[in-house]
Amino acid sequence: MPTLSQPNNAQVPDAAGRFGVFGGRYVPETLVYALDKLVEDYAAARADKQFQAELDDLLHNYVGRPSPLYLARRLTEKCGGAEIWLKREDLNHTGAHKINNTLGQALLTLRMGKQRVIAETGAGQHGVATATACAHFGLDCVVYMGEEDIRRQAPNVFSMKLLGAEVRPVSSGSRTLRDAINEAMRDWMASVDTTHYILGSVVGPHPFPQIVRDFQAVIGQETIEQSRARFASLPDLVVACVGGGSNAAGMFYPFIEHTAVKLVGVEAGGRGRKPGDHASPLTYGNPGVLHGSFSYVMQDEDGQTCDVHSMSAGLDYPGVGPEHSYWKDSGRVQYTSCTDGAAMEAFDALASNEGILPALESAHAIAEAMRLASTMKKSERIVVCLSGRGDKDASELARLKGVKFG
Amino acid sequence: MSAIDKLFTSLRSENRKALMPFVTAGDPDLEFTGEVIRELVSRGAAICEVGIPYSDPIADGPVIQASYTRALEKKVKLTGILNMLGEVAPQVPAPLVTMVSYAIIYRHGVEAYADELSNRGVAGMIVPDLPVEESPQLAKICAARDLSLVQLITPTTPQERALRIAATSSGFIYYVSVAGITGERTQLPPELVDRVSWLREQTPLPVCIGFGINQPEHVRLLSPVADGLIVGSAVVRRIAEAASNGRQATLASVGDYLESMLAALN
Repeated sequence: MPTLSQPNNAQVPDAAGRFGVFGGRYVPETLVYALDKLVEDYAAARADKQFQAELDDLLHNYVGRPSPLYLARRLTEKCGGAEIWLKREDLNHTGAHKINNTLGQALLTLRMGKQRVIAETGAGQHGVATATACAHFGLDCVVYMGEEDIRRQAPNVFSMKLLGAEVRPVSSGSRTLRDAINEAMRDWMASVDTTHYILGSVVGPHPFPQIVRDFQAVIGQETIEQSRARFASLPDLVVACVGGGSNAAGMFYPFIEHTAVKLVGVEAGGRGRKPGDHASPLTYGNPGVLHGSFSYVMQDEDGQTCDVHSMSAGLDYPGVGPEHSYWKDSGRVQYTSCTDGAAMEAFDALASNEGILPALESAHAIAEAMRLASTMKKSERIVVCLSGRGDKDASELARLKGVKFG
Repeated sequence: MSAIDKLFTSLRSENRKALMPFVTAGDPDLEFTGEVIRELVSRGAAICEVGIPYSDPIADGPVIQASYTRALEKKVKLTGILNMLGEVAPQVPAPLVTMVSYAIIYRHGVEAYADELSNRGVAGMIVPDLPVEESPQLAKICAARDLSLVQLITPTTPQERALRIAATSSGFIYYVSVAGITGERTQLPPELVDRVSWLREQTPLPVCIGFGINQPEHVRLLSPVADGLIVGSAVVRRIAEAASNGRQATLASVGDYLESMLAALN
C-alpha cells in the first residue's frame, strides 16, 4: 500500500477540491459556475456566526442532538473483549444521520436565495431527510429515485410524498442510486439559477464532499466530547460503515489528527468478491472518475461503471467519497468489507442483546466492531457509528428471512 | 496543425460553414456506425463527431443516453470502437473527433488513448466532463500529437472564464447553446446569437454551436454567426429507427435529413 504523508485536515480539500490526488471536479462546463458560486456562498455561511447558531439551534431542538453515546453492555459481554459503545445517530429525527446534512444545506439554500431543492435518494433515507428539511423551511422539493429503488423502498416513497416532495422515478441505466444522481445532475444543469442540489453523501464534484463532511462532522465532534465526559479519554477504535461514506466521514474527520485512535471503515461485501457481487470500491476497486470526482470506483476495463450489490440499499453504490480514498492511501483509515450474512448476524445480535434494530447499513459496522472487540483487551473501547435505525428495513428483512406478513 | 485546423482554414477562406453530425459508436453495431459515418460524409458532413458510449453520461438527454445504453448492452468495447474508427478514418475526407468521458480516457490511460487516436487517423477529442482547470495535462498530450482538444463554453460561463477556455481549446470551440442537457429543442435562447458573436470576436478559433439544434430554421438563424453547427440527438434518433425500418432505409433517411440541414447552411 502506498504511504503518503499523514493526513492534515487543514490542507484538504485544497482550492481545486483535491484530497491529495483525489476529488476535483469532472463535470460539464455548465455546472462549473454553479459549483464556484456554491464554494463562495458556503465559505461565507461558515464564516457567519448567525448561520452556525441557527443550525445549532435546529440540531438541538428539531433533530434532538446531541445523540447519546451508549455503552452496549450485553453486546460487549457476548463478544468478550473491548467495550462496545454506540453513537446513536439512529435516534435523530427521521431516524438517521442524513438530517444533519440536509438541514445545513437547506439553510444554505435559503441563504443563496433559492426556492427549489433537488436531491437523489437510494434507500430513501436522504430523500426523506431532504423532504423533511424542505417542509420545515417551506422549500419546493423534487427527489430523484431509481424505479428499482422505488419498488424496494415503498414506505419511504410514501413518506416523502406526505412531506410534500415530488418523487420523480428514474428509468435510465440500472434504475438505482447512481442513475438518480445522474438525473439530479441533469436537472441541475438546466436549473442552476433557481435550484440547489442537496447531494446526500460525501461524493460528487467539489465542494460537495467538503460540505457534506462538514455538516456531518458534528457526529465525531460530539463523540470526542462525550468520550472525554464518559470515560475521560478517547476511544481506542472507531468503526463506521461506508457506502458513499457520509456518516463515516462525519465520524472520522474530527479524529483524523488524534492519531492514537484507530479508524476502520466497513464497506458492503455483499455475496462475495466477484465484481457485481459487492459494493466495496475501496477494498476491491481502482481509482477512476464517477459523478464528477476522482476516487476509488468499481469500473470495468473500459471505465464503464459496474453494477454492484448489497442487501443494504444505502451501501449499494459503486463509488465512494474522495476523502476516504485519501485516508485509505495515506493509511490513516483501514477499510474492510463485511458480507450480507455477517451484517445480518450482527443485526440479530444487536436486536436480541440490546433491544436496538440497526439499519442494515449500520449492521455492517456493528459486525466488524464485534469481530474486532473479541481480539481486544477488556480495558479498551470501541465506538461504532450507529448511523440509522432498522425500521425501514423490516420488509426487506422479512423477505431475506423468508417471512411473509400483512 | 491538426486535420480540424486545416479544414476550418479552408472553410473560412471560402466563407463556408461546417455541419457536424454526431453518431453513437456501436448503436446498433459498429459495422453500421461505420456505414453511417461514410454516408453522412458523402452527403456533406464536414466533420463527424463519434460518441463513445458511457454508462453515466450526465450531460446527455434521453435520446443519446438511450443510444449509449443500447450500445453498452450489446457489449461494445473501446478497442472495437477504435478499430472501427481506424478503418473508417482513411476512407472519408472529413476529420473524425471522439466525444468521450474522462472516466473512459483515464481508465484506458490518457496517453495511450491519445496515441491510439493519432495512430488511427482520428483528428481529436471532446471531453465534456473535463473543465478547463483539469485539462492542461491532456491539452499537452494532444498538442504533442497534433490532436485537437475541443473545449466547451456554455451560457453559464462568465466572460473572463470563456476567454481562458478559448485560449486553451484547439481545433474549434464547442459553444453549448443552452444551460442544460443534449436534446432537440424547438426554441433556442434569444441571447444565443449575441453571445456567439461576442465570443467569435475574442478568439481566432472557429466557434461551433451544439445542443438543441435540429431544424433548418435553427441553421438559418445561427450559421451567420458560427463556423459550424453540431447536430446530435436528431441524427441519433433517426439511426435508432434502423431496428424497425431496416438499415438501407435508415441510411437514406439520415442522409436526407443531413442534406435538408445543409441546404439551409451555406
